[in-house]
Amino acid sequence: MTSAPTGLGPMIAAASEPDVARPTRTPGGAGRRSAWYRRLTPYLFLLVPVGLLLLLTYTPVVNMFWYSVTDWDGLDKHKAFVGLDNYVEVFTDPDNLRVFYVSLYYVVGSLVQMALALYFATILSFKVRFKNMWKGILFFPYLINGVAIGLIFLNFLKPGGGLDTVLMKTGLESLVHQWTGDPDIANYSLAAVSVWRYTGLTFVMFLGAIQSINSEIYEAAALDGANRWHEFWSIILPSIRPIVGLAFILGISGSLSVFEIPFVMTNGANGTETFVIRTVWMAFQRNTVGLASAMAVVLLVFVLLVTWIQRRLVPEEEVDLT
Amino acid sequence: MKVAAVTAKYTTLVVASIVTLLPLGLILFGSFKTNQEFLSTNPFQPPADWFNVDNYVLAFTKGGMALAFFNTALIFVAAIAGTILIGAATAYALDRFRFKGRTIVLLLFLLATLVPGVTTQVATFQIINGLGLYGSRWALILLFMGTDIVSIYIFLQFMRSIPRSLDEAAMIEGAGHLRIFFQIILPNLRPAIATVVIIKGIGIYNEFFLPYLYLNDPDKLPISTALFAFKGPYGSQWEAICACVVITIIPILVLFLFLQRYIYNGFTQGATK
Repeated sequence: MTSAPTGLGPMIAAASEPDVARPTRTPGGAGRRSAWYRRLTPYLFLLVPVGLLLLLTYTPVVNMFWYSVTDWDGLDKHKAFVGLDNYVEVFTDPDNLRVFYVSLYYVVGSLVQMALALYFATILSFKVRFKNMWKGILFFPYLINGVAIGLIFLNFLKPGGGLDTVLMKTGLESLVHQWTGDPDIANYSLAAVSVWRYTGLTFVMFLGAIQSINSEIYEAAALDGANRWHEFWSIILPSIRPIVGLAFILGISGSLSVFEIPFVMTNGANGTETFVIRTVWMAFQRNTVGLASAMAVVLLVFVLLVTWIQRRLVPEEEVDLT
Repeated sequence: MKVAAVTAKYTTLVVASIVTLLPLGLILFGSFKTNQEFLSTNPFQPPADWFNVDNYVLAFTKGGMALAFFNTALIFVAAIAGTILIGAATAYALDRFRFKGRTIVLLLFLLATLVPGVTTQVATFQIINGLGLYGSRWALILLFMGTDIVSIYIFLQFMRSIPRSLDEAAMIEGAGHLRIFFQIILPNLRPAIATVVIIKGIGIYNEFFLPYLYLNDPDKLPISTALFAFKGPYGSQWEAICACVVITIIPILVLFLFLQRYIYNGFTQGATK
């Protein structure tokens, strides 16, 4: 449900080029100093980017693994090694296990989101009046910040708010609930808000993929007497399979790292605590950095696993929109 | 049969649009109501006075929205300048030079895309804290420009389309690599820079997690955290919160209406490349 980067096409293509020096033209009067300088140039350009990459991405990952086997509180100079105790606690404390269960709501939400996105992308790829208006409306929620979305839906779902009013007016009073207050349905409400937020992005990705399908294929199919339904199953769906796979993995990793919407709307109350909310609470409120790191490592491993499985199922080089 | 299909198509589009716009519309209605009116009327009733801007005034005077916009702008300008220089420099070095360790550098960037930022903040926090940057805007600027691999991709991809003959011509005229980078590469990367500015700009404008973790001074809060902070003391004045929400959405809406095509392209590129 997020827009995390996962496409690695250009990087892989670039990495497969051999590291051999191509014949370079040396400008007039190039002495030993300039040859030496030329060899140093790429390193100078990469100094800051790679430095920041190591400092802000790799060091934290390595440290996180180290913290996760200690009892560190985040302040103490001394970190005592505790082995796998933190991991045992992650998988045995029912409060910790609950966050895995909560992410399932968002996983289901992301499937609903993909189905909706696929439907609207398909119908908008054919002739429709006001195409751009529909596209704009469906996409716009993705551009709104998470806090605003949380507040918009607190207002919409509160008792006597927009949704309740609609239900009352249409004679469906029996459906009125404490949408975010009732532990039995709070997670459904929050997952639905996530669907509202992210469907637009998935939809635009799918629409782009469908529109890049060669129109001659449709024409050939039309000659064979294919109807829209046939076109969808035998042309559209197979053609955009890589993008659907990509949306799926974005959905899963996004579902595991949901933060803003439940944080703003319920602050994790009523059984809506997610992985990230709990990890942040452990690290910064309860000062159990060791345990929080173990949680984060588990989350990282999950995300890597899902990515790996998706890569196995959908070969990378097929992902191309342009 | 045909008519039924067309009707179904437009019905679903209308229903989806209502579901999308209704919660937004009710916020707009609420933002023009007085406190009394907000509590006593139903959410669908339009405000009695469409020119009642008290809530907006409150959002700016008590909610510090102007300061929040300024803080966001400050972080945005610094982070975006850094992102562009870092992305372009990386792409220049990796595309135009062959050197020892090039494959390793590529692999490092490749692997980094697999690590979701939210998972590592527990440990990143210690580094930022160790640098003495907790509570400083520099923490955000550094994180925004130092962990953005998507932008590096976009630059790397675009760099290939800039003909090498341009570099070589400049080199014959005696230009150094630094001059080639600033006078030839950067200007030619303009479309990529535009894409990065748009996606990154919206990303920074909407980012909540990082400022929430790293900033504690109310005077330094950017838009998203300022909005969140406003909810605390004004939690019972929903009409004021509505105004605050509308204020944060307007700039994005205006940007979207003018730059639609670039935004769609930018986000699909960012998500798939």
